[in-house]
Amino acid sequence: MKLTGAQIIIECLLEQGVDTVFGYPGGSVLNIYDALYEYQDKVRHILTAHEQGACHAADGYARSSGKTGVVIATSGPGATNLVTGLATAYMDSVPLVAITGNVALPLLGLDSFQEVDITGVTMPITKHNYIVKDVKDLADTLREAFLIASTGRKGPVLVDIPKDITAAVYDYAPKKPEHPAPTCAAAKEDLEKAAAMIREAKRPFIYTGGGVVASGADKEVRAFVDLIDGPVASSLMGQGGFDNTDPRYIGMLGMHGTKTSSLAVGKCDLFIGIGTRFSDRVVCDIKTFAPQAKVLQIDIDPAEINKNIKVSHKLIGDVALVLQKLNALLSPSKHPEWMAEIMEDKKQYPLIQTADDPEAVLPQYVLETLDELTGGDAILTTEVGQHQMWAAQFYNFKHPRQLVTSGGLGTMGYGLGASLGAQVANPDKLVINVAGDGSFHMNCNELVTAAKYNIPIVELLFNNNVLGMVRQWQRLFYGKRFSQTTLDRGTDYVKLAEAYGIPGYTISKKSDVRPVLQKALEHKCPVLINCIIDKDINVLPMVPAGASVAEPILNIEIDD
Amino acid sequence: MADKENLHVLSVLVEDGSGVLGRIMGLFSRRGYSIQSVSAAQTEEPGISRMTIVAQCTEDTLEQIDKQLSKLIPVKEVTLLDELNSVRREHVLVKAGSSEDTRRGLIDVANLFQAKVVDVGQENLMLELTGQPRTIDAFIRLVKPYGIQKLVRTGITALERG
Repeated sequence: MKLTGAQIIIECLLEQGVDTVFGYPGGSVLNIYDALYEYQDKVRHILTAHEQGACHAADGYARSSGKTGVVIATSGPGATNLVTGLATAYMDSVPLVAITGNVALPLLGLDSFQEVDITGVTMPITKHNYIVKDVKDLADTLREAFLIASTGRKGPVLVDIPKDITAAVYDYAPKKPEHPAPTCAAAKEDLEKAAAMIREAKRPFIYTGGGVVASGADKEVRAFVDLIDGPVASSLMGQGGFDNTDPRYIGMLGMHGTKTSSLAVGKCDLFIGIGTRFSDRVVCDIKTFAPQAKVLQIDIDPAEINKNIKVSHKLIGDVALVLQKLNALLSPSKHPEWMAEIMEDKKQYPLIQTADDPEAVLPQYVLETLDELTGGDAILTTEVGQHQMWAAQFYNFKHPRQLVTSGGLGTMGYGLGASLGAQVANPDKLVINVAGDGSFHMNCNELVTAAKYNIPIVELLFNNNVLGMVRQWQRLFYGKRFSQTTLDRGTDYVKLAEAYGIPGYTISKKSDVRPVLQKALEHKCPVLINCIIDKDINVLPMVPAGASVAEPILNIEIDD
Repeated sequence: MADKENLHVLSVLVEDGSGVLGRIMGLFSRRGYSIQSVSAAQTEEPGISRMTIVAQCTEDTLEQIDKQLSKLIPVKEVTLLDELNSVRREHVLVKAGSSEDTRRGLIDVANLFQAKVVDVGQENLMLELTGQPRTIDAFIRLVKPYGIQKLVRTGITALERG
């Protein structure tokens, strides 16, 4: 059948099972938006306040559902506004397809109005990108984009489409999307060698990264842990890949990991990294990382082997598939002494926040109460900073895709947009965006999107009037010279929310926490909670940059 | 020693398409890999080009370059070419010899290397030579005293033997 390029785009989205897109119209995507008007019964379009918010929303949609997120933006500034969102998705391997309009072919390269070379700009922050210069390539390019985004190590793919391509008419025939089976490059000998390493280990340590979530390998990880009986730590991205309430779970590892994890890395004789790239935020000082251990790495991306640390052995492939094969080679073993040692450390070094004032609002109490009230079953999105670490430390994630957070890029302003996407993808779940006042101010414009579509997220704003994480570093390493990190902007957050028609509440003392959270969670509309906390609550433990992960700071003296 | 930097020759088959060269060069620059030369042109197969890249790096970095290049969608194949198992060639064009006196000596040097005189001008001769990179180096060294005015080298192109 003959269709316009714009219609072909929507048909290709439908082929892929896309029913929701996020975006913002503009001159170069007029034809696409005209087709969206025509297909509005089949594809829901969420209009955000800003393209960046749309990109984060598509990202939150993808992370929370496992499906590929789709964002549409116009040429020039519309396209460049996607850049931070694409880089965020790229660093965390999130499957995303970004469709941008561009000026018509005859105008390309002439510095035309709203022209930007977005494929050039986004080359280093996309898994791949395209510019479609012939309508006959359009459908297959989009199909390839979805395939690339969602297979292997996932990631964002951008397709730039000049305006005249969206107007051109061409034959369209539907095609079923390809879903290639997951692959395992690890050969039988590789798997047997890994099994032997595991059998020989007296003190195995299991570390789960974002690859566990991306691959949906939680069941395989659970079976693996049951078989080999060792402590499990997680990266920020791996949260929920292993049930945080399991006794073998010992918390995060790395800059803000638990002391128990730090000690265990120092003592283990086999470090098993599953779906991880050994980020600098986890490894800290390379020379002192897991000094007594052999390292076994399981990952889908061969380029992650020996990139950040040298490994003793590797298994390349889809994490779930590799683990299925590896588990089949293992018989149950027990390490009672090692586990007893871990349990002792766990008892001795719990994560705990304290204050002299009994009515002080402590993030730990807020998040643990939130955990209790939501049955540990909510989806938490976060911004970036102290609140992000607290959310990761104090909420017990039980399932993959419960924590949606910008790990690799550390994008302040990510969370609110992401929460919209997560809520749209999971209408029956509670979605809470844990924010700080610094991050909130970056992209608070997206409150209007929550209000307009009645997307019932809870914006839980930890308000300490400072850029807390940077302040923490300034306190420790810059002689308490708090340069540009004291905000004190005097924003009335409740009034701001109300201006958008969003109910706002304030928590200013401990006894407010439970009733306000309860009330907020009952709402069937977006809600904002202004949770006022002290500006000098630090994220602990903390491994300073360049120091050994084995020696985190456990206490920071506040004497001013 | 693993951290010693050496010159390594990579032969990379790529699918032609918009920005392929930029994609590959971008990878080198953003990951801080140092390139000595690049040459690229079509192969016998339509739509497929071969790039020969000379990188100066350690063995560890070479492993990363190989893997990171292999991840790029248009890259079909990456082959590491070692000196024994490959034929490496380079081409040079050089303009030199501004006076009558210097020209005779220059032509002697050209004959010695079997370089060709491809252009004779008022101000200079243009010579060309194809050979192993170190032959090219030696040739340039000997031409230098005759006053090099302009010079262009293609960088290495190479193919595995057998």
